[in-house]
Amino acid sequence: MNARDLAAWVRYAAELVSADAERLTRLDAAIGDGDHGLNLDRGFRAAVDALPDGAPPGKVLIAAGRAIVSKTGGASGPLYGTVLRRAGKALGDADDVDAAALGAALKAALDGVQELGKAVEGDKTMVDALAPAVAAFAAALADGTGLAGCVRAAADAAAEGADATVPMRARKGRASYLGERSEGHMDPGASSTALLLRALAEVAGEG
Amino acid sequence: MRKLINAPADVVSDALRGLAAAHPELTVDPGNGTVVRADAPRTGKVALVSGGGSGHEPLHAGFVGHGMLDAACCGEVFTSPVPDQIIAATMAVNGGAGVLHLVKNYTGDVMNFQLAAELAEDEDIEVTSVIVDDDVAVQDSTFTAGRRGTGATLFIEKIAGALAEEGASLADVAAVAREVNERSRSFGVALSSCTVPAAGTPTFELGEDEMELGIGIHGEPGRARAKIGTAAEIVDASLSAIDADMPLAGSEVLVLVNGMGGTPLIEQYVAYAAAAQWLDGHGATVVRRLVGPYVTSLEMAGCMISVCRLTPELTRLWDAPVETPGLRWGR
Repeated sequence: MNARDLAAWVRYAAELVSADAERLTRLDAAIGDGDHGLNLDRGFRAAVDALPDGAPPGKVLIAAGRAIVSKTGGASGPLYGTVLRRAGKALGDADDVDAAALGAALKAALDGVQELGKAVEGDKTMVDALAPAVAAFAAALADGTGLAGCVRAAADAAAEGADATVPMRARKGRASYLGERSEGHMDPGASSTALLLRALAEVAGEG
Repeated sequence: MRKLINAPADVVSDALRGLAAAHPELTVDPGNGTVVRADAPRTGKVALVSGGGSGHEPLHAGFVGHGMLDAACCGEVFTSPVPDQIIAATMAVNGGAGVLHLVKNYTGDVMNFQLAAELAEDEDIEVTSVIVDDDVAVQDSTFTAGRRGTGATLFIEKIAGALAEEGASLADVAAVAREVNERSRSFGVALSSCTVPAAGTPTFELGEDEMELGIGIHGEPGRARAKIGTAAEIVDASLSAIDADMPLAGSEVLVLVNGMGGTPLIEQYVAYAAAAQWLDGHGATVVRRLVGPYVTSLEMAGCMISVCRLTPELTRLWDAPVETPGLRWGR
């Protein structure tokens, strides 16, 4: 993938978030404060506006991540901003991103999110989508799968991970205030994380 | 959605333009969502910066002024402000004696203020952060994000603001803020939900005869739903929860009976009568009190009770002059 592909990812993710904003907000209203889709939509629009021309892939993601931190607010701003900024930093100045580099970037994004949010798998957060995605990517890569296949495996794992948050009891974020009443609802952050991975899979599949 | 607004996306900036017009003594940047004392920065004075999502008015912007906050950062409705806003406010009020960030304990607020504090370090501004977490409805354990910051935020902004106005050091102002936080507890009950303007529909639905116990200040559901009780029963549930966590017998206390935004003042006084009677019956002496909508959740009906166990020094600082849009006495 090159810088244009990664900019296309951010654009496509923004489209998916915008199209799904109402559903994400509904999920958040059930166990949070009902603004996840609205906030993420605002953040990703800002990210699209901030996409630089002629910069290497890493810088594209860093610029998008910074814009998200600057414009989103809430917990999703710092967390999604961190996903893109850490992934971008991991890519360095290279002009081309192969499967191994993309896998490492996703792992760096996960590490950044966990450092900032202190969540682990099972807490009913975005980590429950991102961690299985990173693991599935690595497993596919080890099997000799190409980039598009690796991202597809990651996207599928993220979607399954998001579904698996439904019965969980939240231990982080606003949903944790509900205790057992948080059970039976999908975590909105895990759901939006699955969207990002799906966007990446679509873009990688075209390339 | 029936709201007195122009457009959902403009609610915060329109309200800030109104605040600016009504209070020329404040420096308001409606586009960036910052409200700053006009006399800032005050050389040698520790500056207090707080902020959070909008929709809790008068908190925080209404508490900017003499004896309280030096600046407030206003996020979107129920959404924490972003680091850019917080660093702008911090730089605007820094008078060289350090800046205290007062942060309500919500995941987003804590993260955004933390990022801003790191940026402030790069600018050689000394920042200390104090986290407010007074809500007893949430268990403080590794299984939650920790207790929420609610009504005690007002106590802390007032008392720490008074000490800063006297010229105390950053360490001392931070210490008194932590002390007030440790000595304060809150519990809230909702009789209705509220509608975030951008969402357009109520965050949750309550039946005619239902109430939500242990709510926060963002229209999020609480710990439990129950059949609605009398004011005396609701106050008993609230104060019992506080008393179980922080025994009140034998203490001199400051009490806030706080309307959540949609409950009329007459009902808040009904609740206050029950609260005063309850506290008297349980061996606590009310020495200071406040009744009204101070930390609101848009148009949510219901009330939150906050109690602070005072010391003579905290009482003195509570009584010190304050002049802000939302709280003023003694000047």
